[in-house]
Amino acid sequence: MSYTKLTREQLAARVAKDIPEGAYVNLGIGLPTMVANHFAAGFEVFLQSENGLLGMGPAPSKGDEDYDLINAGKQPVTLLPGGSFFHSADSFAMMRAGHLDIAVLGAFQVAANGDLANWHTGSKDDIPAVGGAMDLAVGAKQTWVMMEHLTKSGESKLVSRCSYPITGVNCVSRIYTDLAVIDVTPDGFRLVEAVAGLSCDALSALSNIAILE
Amino acid sequence: MISKISPSVSAALADVPHGATIMVGGFGGAGMPNELIDGLLEQGASDLTIVANNAGNAEFGLAALLKAGRVRKVICSFPRQVDSYVFDALYRAGKIDLELVPQGNLAERIRAAGAGIGGFFTQVGFGTELAKANGVAKETREINGEMYVLESPIHADVALIKAERGDRWGNLTYRMTARNFGPVMAMAAKTTIASVHELCELGEISPEHVITPGIFVQRVVKIARAVTVASGVKAS
Repeated sequence: MSYTKLTREQLAARVAKDIPEGAYVNLGIGLPTMVANHFAAGFEVFLQSENGLLGMGPAPSKGDEDYDLINAGKQPVTLLPGGSFFHSADSFAMMRAGHLDIAVLGAFQVAANGDLANWHTGSKDDIPAVGGAMDLAVGAKQTWVMMEHLTKSGESKLVSRCSYPITGVNCVSRIYTDLAVIDVTPDGFRLVEAVAGLSCDALSALSNIAILE
Repeated sequence: MISKISPSVSAALADVPHGATIMVGGFGGAGMPNELIDGLLEQGASDLTIVANNAGNAEFGLAALLKAGRVRKVICSFPRQVDSYVFDALYRAGKIDLELVPQGNLAERIRAAGAGIGGFFTQVGFGTELAKANGVAKETREINGEMYVLESPIHADVALIKAERGDRWGNLTYRMTARNFGPVMAMAAKTTIASVHELCELGEISPEHVITPGIFVQRVVKIARAVTVASGVKAS
């Protein structure tokens, strides 16, 4: 049977569907940022940005950019009525102490025990940069990963052990990919749902690791 | 009459010594005290350790200081940027030391210094390469069944921060996300130098709205908004 991968927009919409109203959420740089475009009008979710704002709104219209009001990716954003500003130590206290309900992060690899690798390839020539990745991974009540299932060369990003330097130990609870939604359980990866036409066995084979049904 | 207002950037920076540890506020362009960094470049202090979130963009501000060979070490969370080529080249050539710190640990280590805390245990970084100092694993401890890493405070000789409004007692407010590291860096440095866009009379800043109380600030220098690179005004 054939199957079709989710587009990036479809994947973002799928993640958005699982975020409950009233949640305090940090969306990581890159793919996770797109989740913000998929909440229904009037649906209230509190978006936090590590550089010190809560109640982040959409991008400003052209000409209204204010470079004192940016997100973690250094792009201009807006603040919703009711939003607030705070300093970096308070911002990371929100993560570290679990005030933040959900962090949605990109990943290079996720291991079956929930280890996350998303900050450094470990290559000698690669300039290491971590930003808030480790704080978010460990601090939020739930850490979700949103990523393409396979690398560009077709290797699985679901692994038994991360080969890249890890960001956090046993911190990922759920993974959303363009092929499936997968929980990280004490028994390893467990399938929640896969795209139509893709069986759990086929997904396991493709992932080169056991995914429980 | 007490006045912490400096007549100029050069006067505010005159006594920064060689070898100083200098905190620099800002996240990306927001809150980056570019004029103070330019002043430091002109002032001439070298062999500096810079504590900041990023390590400079293009060839202005922090990157210019790096390019001039004045910085020995950078303590930061995110040196890699699309235009961080000055840092990248120095790092690859082994001409600059990097202490990479997760951003929240960086903020809290700075806050700890400012709050007189001798160290703290955090779960962030446990089990990773960043739970090492100079290649040696940092002390860890199990607390209530979870593993924590002992992190130490980061003190500085000087903090350069960008605020929005200030008065002669050193009370400060910030503008939007330009606040970021400013308040904690102000607390952690022996001498905090704040640039402001607006000088206020005492009492003009509502005491309810003061973000950094003047006790944490030693010098205030006014920078006209028009000449500010990251001024927070609309993009031109």
